[in-house]
Amino acid sequence: MTKLLSMNRRNFLQTSAAGALAGMMPGLAGSPVSAQTALTIGFIYVGPKDDYGYNQAHAEGAAVIKAMPGITLVEEENVPETVDVQKTMESMINLDGAALLFPTSFGYFDPHMLAMAAKYPDVEFRHCGGLWQEGKHPANTGSYFGYIHQGQYLNGIAAGYASKSKKIGFVAAKPIPQVLQNINAFLLGARSVDPAITCQVIFTGEWSLAVKEAEATNALIDQGSDVITCHVDGPKVVVETAAGRGAFVCGYHANQSALAKDKYLTGAEWAWGNVYTNFIKAAQSGGKLGNFVRGGLKDGFVKMSPLGPAVSAEARKKFEATLAEATAGKLSVFKGPLKDNKGNVVITADKAYAEDAIDLESMAYLVEGVVGSTS
Amino acid sequence: MDESGIGFWGVPLAIFAGAIRVSTPFIFVSLGETITERSGRINLGLEGTLVFGAMSAYAVTVLTSSPWLGVLAAMATGAVFGLVHGWICKFPKVNDIAIGIAMMQFGLGLAFFLGKPFIQPAAPKLPSILLGGWSGIPQVQAALNINVLFFIGASLAVFLFWAFKNTRIGLTLRVVGDSTDAARAMGLSPDTVRLLATAVGSSLAAVGGAYLSLYYPGSWNEGISSGQGLMAVALVIFARWNPIGCFLAALLFGGAGALGPALQSVGVTQGYYLFYAAPYVLTLIILIITSSPTRSLAGAPGVLSLTK
Repeated sequence: MTKLLSMNRRNFLQTSAAGALAGMMPGLAGSPVSAQTALTIGFIYVGPKDDYGYNQAHAEGAAVIKAMPGITLVEEENVPETVDVQKTMESMINLDGAALLFPTSFGYFDPHMLAMAAKYPDVEFRHCGGLWQEGKHPANTGSYFGYIHQGQYLNGIAAGYASKSKKIGFVAAKPIPQVLQNINAFLLGARSVDPAITCQVIFTGEWSLAVKEAEATNALIDQGSDVITCHVDGPKVVVETAAGRGAFVCGYHANQSALAKDKYLTGAEWAWGNVYTNFIKAAQSGGKLGNFVRGGLKDGFVKMSPLGPAVSAEARKKFEATLAEATAGKLSVFKGPLKDNKGNVVITADKAYAEDAIDLESMAYLVEGVVGSTS
Repeated sequence: MDESGIGFWGVPLAIFAGAIRVSTPFIFVSLGETITERSGRINLGLEGTLVFGAMSAYAVTVLTSSPWLGVLAAMATGAVFGLVHGWICKFPKVNDIAIGIAMMQFGLGLAFFLGKPFIQPAAPKLPSILLGGWSGIPQVQAALNINVLFFIGASLAVFLFWAFKNTRIGLTLRVVGDSTDAARAMGLSPDTVRLLATAVGSSLAAVGGAYLSLYYPGSWNEGISSGQGLMAVALVIFARWNPIGCFLAALLFGGAGALGPALQSVGVTQGYYLFYAAPYVLTLIILIITSSPTRSLAGAPGVLSLTK
């Protein structure tokens, strides 16, 4: 019996009793009890699930599927990317009967999730990130991830109109390709409004360092940046510090408008609810879950926060037009000719990358106009 | 240079402002630990106390809308943690360092558990004093926007420096810390003195936590402290159990911590990981310069487990 279709004892009794009764009393056939396969799903978060950031975005997605019939949700937060996550997975599988696990943090994949996938071949594992490779990793595992840089491009458009100093700021955690894409897209969005804009980036070196993030935000504003966005796990500190200093804010991961009030322009948010719903529907209907699932604005993996009151009518017009273009899958943020901030040509004039272009996933440069360095 | 930024002047300004903004938790935790260690006991659990203080201050402020009540609540919870530590440590053959580590984990876990509902709500912040009104530069004004707790911490350092030398309580504390036998001969109860010293020290550490959650960075979440409580305990040794030294060491740490972001903001972007190590490199250098081959840890209380 596959774990995916397994049921806990109570549900088994209910369903089989319903089945038996249905046999005797045809009128009951098709009753809701037997309509959905019972499924226990485990979510594992690296931080608190109400952090206004990465983990909250996933928890909001989990909350969407919690409402689906037949679904039992088990969640654990603050699980470190160590052998601890293996223990969490084992307890979810053995004690809660989870048949599908979503370990949401990057560092859970190797070796932790892979070890558990080998030990429990009947359990399905889907990891948030882009690490799964055909042939190399087991078939009961997989990756899902979203392309969010177009969201940062849209953030950049709102920032470009709002900035008076023509300097915008980015608080970044680590110089990995996804972060660099976001920084570059933010600047390119702003430059689509005014090519004189520059973006100052400060790397904090870690995903979550509250005091350093606040220091970085203050340093950016001291140097004249008047619109701030970030790519850290919990943007709460950056958003509150920036708004407190009077700068405009573009959100990331989740909707932070409650923290910045009228200083909030818009934000690039994950829409994991759609992604998880698709997985669950596939699991419940006995279909394939997919091992490599990705998407962006056009696939409903990513959404934008509603525009704030400080966004001008002109900005709104361009923002909405670009959003429509992105939603239709026609927007290309990274297109040539494009130079990095050391003067090298990184994209030649004849190239324009779609949001899912594989070349973008090895991005190791900051584009011209970004003040900062990757090392 | 364009008019919106302040260019390279931003670096010394950021170090100055960072020294003041970032140092306050270090000041309170290290002063608290100085009191505890002067009595001859080490409380390594202050990281847990700090985080629990941050949580309780934030929670009480959310519930009552008064940040000062939050600070009082932090002090009270800190004192309770200190009393537990002090009480357990009075039993024979109990190691204060091990208890401290256990209390740290306990404090962190309990703070995360009880603090869950308070991550989302916003709390009013502690007031600050605007000293930058004379300057027309907004960056200078922001740097001189100094929290009241910083001034309290600075005065406390001076007061403790004086009190250790010149008051009966200070003398009692030092006697107990330097020789348990001498203290007993004087008719003092070392356990009681240490219990109270740990409670007061813990209570100050919790104020450091309140500063984190109620002023800078000014929110409660589980990653609010990046080890400030632990580093402050090390600062005490670095400052040779001298309260003024603790204050200066805290400023040094704060300022050195601001160096990395400040340099990146003016375009010195290469090697930022190296700049982030600045506080630690600085500590090492100072320790090497001030070390001596002939004496060990001048100023260390005699019965501290460190020096045994």
